[in-house]
Amino acid sequence: MTEKIYAGTPVSCNDEGYLNDLEQWNREVGADIASEENIEMSERHWEVITFLQNQYRNEIPLTIRKVGKSGVVTIKEFYSLFPGGPLKKASRIAGIPKPVSCI
Amino acid sequence: MKMRNLLILGAGTSGTMMANHLRKKLKKNDWNITIVDKDETHYYQPGFLFLPFDIYKPKQVKKSIDKFIPKGVKLIREKIDRIDKDLDLVYLQDGSKLHYDILIIATGVDIQPEEVEGLKGDEWYKSIFDFYTYEGAKQLRDKLRKWEGGKLVVHICEMPIKCPVAPLEFAFLADSYFINKGMREKVDISYVTPMDAAFTKPIAAKELGHLLKEKNIKLIPNFNIESVDSDHNKIIDYGGAEVEYDLLVTVPTNMGDPMIERSGIGDDLNYVPTDKATLQTKIKDNIFAIGDATNIPASKAGSVAHFESEILTENILRYIEGEALKSSFDGHANCFVETGHGKAILIDFNYTHEPVTGTFPLPGVGPLRLLKESHMNHMGKLAFRWIYWNMLIKGKHIPFVSAEMATAGKDIDKVETIVDKKIKETTTIH
Repeated sequence: MTEKIYAGTPVSCNDEGYLNDLEQWNREVGADIASEENIEMSERHWEVITFLQNQYRNEIPLTIRKVGKSGVVTIKEFYSLFPGGPLKKASRIAGIPKPVSCI
Repeated sequence: MKMRNLLILGAGTSGTMMANHLRKKLKKNDWNITIVDKDETHYYQPGFLFLPFDIYKPKQVKKSIDKFIPKGVKLIREKIDRIDKDLDLVYLQDGSKLHYDILIIATGVDIQPEEVEGLKGDEWYKSIFDFYTYEGAKQLRDKLRKWEGGKLVVHICEMPIKCPVAPLEFAFLADSYFINKGMREKVDISYVTPMDAAFTKPIAAKELGHLLKEKNIKLIPNFNIESVDSDHNKIIDYGGAEVEYDLLVTVPTNMGDPMIERSGIGDDLNYVPTDKATLQTKIKDNIFAIGDATNIPASKAGSVAHFESEILTENILRYIEGEALKSSFDGHANCFVETGHGKAILIDFNYTHEPVTGTFPLPGVGPLRLLKESHMNHMGKLAFRWIYWNMLIKGKHIPFVSAEMATAGKDIDKVETIVDKKIKETTTIH
């Protein structure tokens, strides 16, 4: 458990840099984390982030397949918005836990 | 009292076990038990791993379904159309319908190669194979017998899959197979997975990752396949990364039975939403589910189904008596992982405890060693085929191995701190 400064305020993170508490998140915090991932946020990015946060609040487990079928973003676009590991990076920017693929 | 009906859908590993357990427990004067399956053959699915390498012969992995359905259980050989949960009815394809008081869904999963563009095209069973079906494993055996070498890519399309260690075992066995044929230097083996390591559980992933390196198998993680370009022999991921192959052995997307979708009761992979501790579905109180068909965050494996069957039997008896269900399924899985050259690793784990080192099943004695390669473990894996046909699916209890995972004899203290930390970070995701 570490504390990091994002958007000028201390935020509690785990060892992999994921927020421990979504309550400490705001857009500025998200944008700061995004810049660490070399991503510049656009409105399109935020739409995806909002979707992920809503899923998390409703306790719906996230997978790439589910994001692709959501109608919010295609898998292809998801990859182009968050290159590399889209679900891992987007989850970190969204302030929600790292998704773990099942057993 | 009126006769009541217990209906089981699917006569695979789980359904057959439940038929055997319940016929012994439910009075024949009170309960009819019916089981429905369209197939005639019961396959020993763990054997599909050995078929391609000529270790098992086809006849060792198949028997008639009828042979394992006990007396007093009615077997209906027909395709299932759908479940009507509101009317407590199951419709069969021939138009007939079955009424049930209690329903057990045990329809398993199957591969769906159509889910990935280009996978099931002209090259299917020519340069692209699966080994999760009897047909695929046999076709792959014929291919390997005459293959002259090149790039072998062992690949997982997406998680979850049945028996998540099987593709790793396939890669290990391929290494031994080509060494024994004196052609290992002509074969380049890669292991391509959507996960970020060789296995889902961190400690086992580390141990298994070492073995990949030792055997000169290249690990390519975080690869989420978008399509197969079979004209140019390559697989392409959503991020644009490409891996070339001469022989692609893939595990296609695993999905629950299309009947689940037709019934409108599944998730996006046709898995049935099920309580992970009681095995009662979230669909309706009188519908239970077991084995690969459920969405519970446990491995999709025969050992898991075996442990589940003991708990589900008890819960069905409790449900009939109007008692509270026992919330005791802990996700227990127990798997032999073939590592090649006559050795295997044994892993034993559940929802909260990762596979660790130690002895099994007798604490401090063994004879099997957990998470360590040994010849004894390999013999255990081979002996398991006999146990499967003669004890497991007949619903006989396996001595010393309980449904709930034991921690005695395991080196849990050493890793507890790491594991606790990992669990805290983990949300159970499917």
